Amino acid sequence: MLDNFAFGQYYPGTSVFHRMDPRMKIILLILYIAGIFCAGTLPSFAVPLLFMVFSIHMAAVPLKMVFKSLKPLRFILIFTFVLNLFFLQGERVLLDLGFARITREGLVNAVLYALRLVFLVMGSSLLTLTTAPVPLTDGLERLLSPLKAIRFPAHEMAMMMTIALRFIPTLLEETDKIMKAQSARGADFESGNLIQRAKAMVPLLVPLFVSSFRRAGELAMAMEARCYHGGEGRTRLHVLKMARRDYIALALGIVMVALTVALSRLTAGLI
Amino acid sequence: MDEIIRLENVSYAYEEDGPRAVEGLNLSFERGSFTAVLGHNGSGKSTMAKLMNGLFLPTEGRVTVDGMDTADEKYTWEIRKKAGMIFQNPDNQLVATVVTDDVAFGLENLGVPPAEMPERINWALKQAGMAEHAFKAPHLLSGGQKQRVAIAGVLAMRPEIIICDEATAMLDPQGRREVLSVMEKLNREQGITVIWITHFMEEAVRFSRLIVMDRGSVAMDGTPAEVFSDEEKLERMHLRLPVMARLSMKLRKENADIPLCLTAEDLAREAEKRWN
Repeated sequence: MLDNFAFGQYYPGTSVFHRMDPRMKIILLILYIAGIFCAGTLPSFAVPLLFMVFSIHMAAVPLKMVFKSLKPLRFILIFTFVLNLFFLQGERVLLDLGFARITREGLVNAVLYALRLVFLVMGSSLLTLTTAPVPLTDGLERLLSPLKAIRFPAHEMAMMMTIALRFIPTLLEETDKIMKAQSARGADFESGNLIQRAKAMVPLLVPLFVSSFRRAGELAMAMEARCYHGGEGRTRLHVLKMARRDYIALALGIVMVALTVALSRLTAGLI
Repeated sequence: MDEIIRLENVSYAYEEDGPRAVEGLNLSFERGSFTAVLGHNGSGKSTMAKLMNGLFLPTEGRVTVDGMDTADEKYTWEIRKKAGMIFQNPDNQLVATVVTDDVAFGLENLGVPPAEMPERINWALKQAGMAEHAFKAPHLLSGGQKQRVAIAGVLAMRPEIIICDEATAMLDPQGRREVLSVMEKLNREQGITVIWITHFMEEAVRFSRLIVMDRGSVAMDGTPAEVFSDEEKLERMHLRLPVMARLSMKLRKENADIPLCLTAEDLAREAEKRWN
């Protein structure tokens, strides 16, 4: 059960991408998402595509790992593609099925949306593949810390993410244990219709919830015993420091967005 | 006597007007001492542990750690820094996804400058015998290793006291031995005061002072030899003597001229002296 668990799928390495400041990687991802949404024409997608190819190359992450993140998305991808295909009705009809028509505009739009989704997920997984969970939450905390002025709990949020990540394997292990214990006493999780299977989950979820609450209580006490008293006056083991490579990456990101916008404008009339 | 923890007439109730989990405790612990607290389930030993670093505040009476009153809020963090605590469940006391980050947690809370941290973390991990696992994820470690990470986490904060609240209750025999040996070493080499709460009688043999708790108060207090010599009283509190102690007591009853022995080696030596 733990083996096929790919969340927070960090791929250890020492590439430039791995060594980049997590804050800059997050900013870069936001820039990239802005870029793919600025690309309004098919030719203008060449820029984000090239940027992605370049980034994967720099990150030295196997292509297979990046594409694996798309797998759980396949139904949503097909769904958005089909939906956009039929719902945007343009002038140039490509195929008339009688009850519905596929137009050139609809097709282009459907491809654009599918591409955006694909690049969005690939970009995000490139971030999680090259950044370990702790630096990632550290980076998020620090990026969001200016929001503390309006009482946004940046530290608390990052702490919650760290604890959640820490306890995912523990809770999975526990679920596995409870499932086996229930199966040994005749519980059946695999057969029956959807409602029956959902009902079979109840005796699994109740003990899991109870033990999670107990864990939470014990963890809180252990944290207090180790002098935890919120984000105030706290120092961090990992000091984040922007280096030259981070500023180069930022410049590249801005250039990428600008190029995409320009190309999108230039090619707007071609379709 | 240089005492580091003192409990004066301490009582604690979990709910107001509820039954007292501990009642009228008067105890003191010497600096650098190595003490085990024994007791059956519900004897109040765990409650007592949590009173000694301000996790619980006494309903009545006073607890002082190195002269600081635990009820005084301005000392809370100073006391918890001085008196570290290891809990029973190894999973529910580790916070981070990597061993080093977890050891750093306490230091981060104390506001230690980042430049000082790596050295303290390495030292603590080495003391706990976990240096080679520094970059592993906690869920990949064994129970005994997780407890040693927890010890390193406390140790990095440079405590003077470590309270282990049934730290070995969920471990296999191998893990139990590992954890207890680390604590023995810390007491011997670093002079850390150790208070070891347990219901394993076999472990108690290795301590210089035993406190036996029963129904919220201290029933016995002395060296292992003193405590173990009153087998009947221990049995009344549902505590059984360690195997070797039981064997030597039985031999004594059969009129064998043998003192109370706590380990197999002792018993063998005594027997050899007499019957060879």
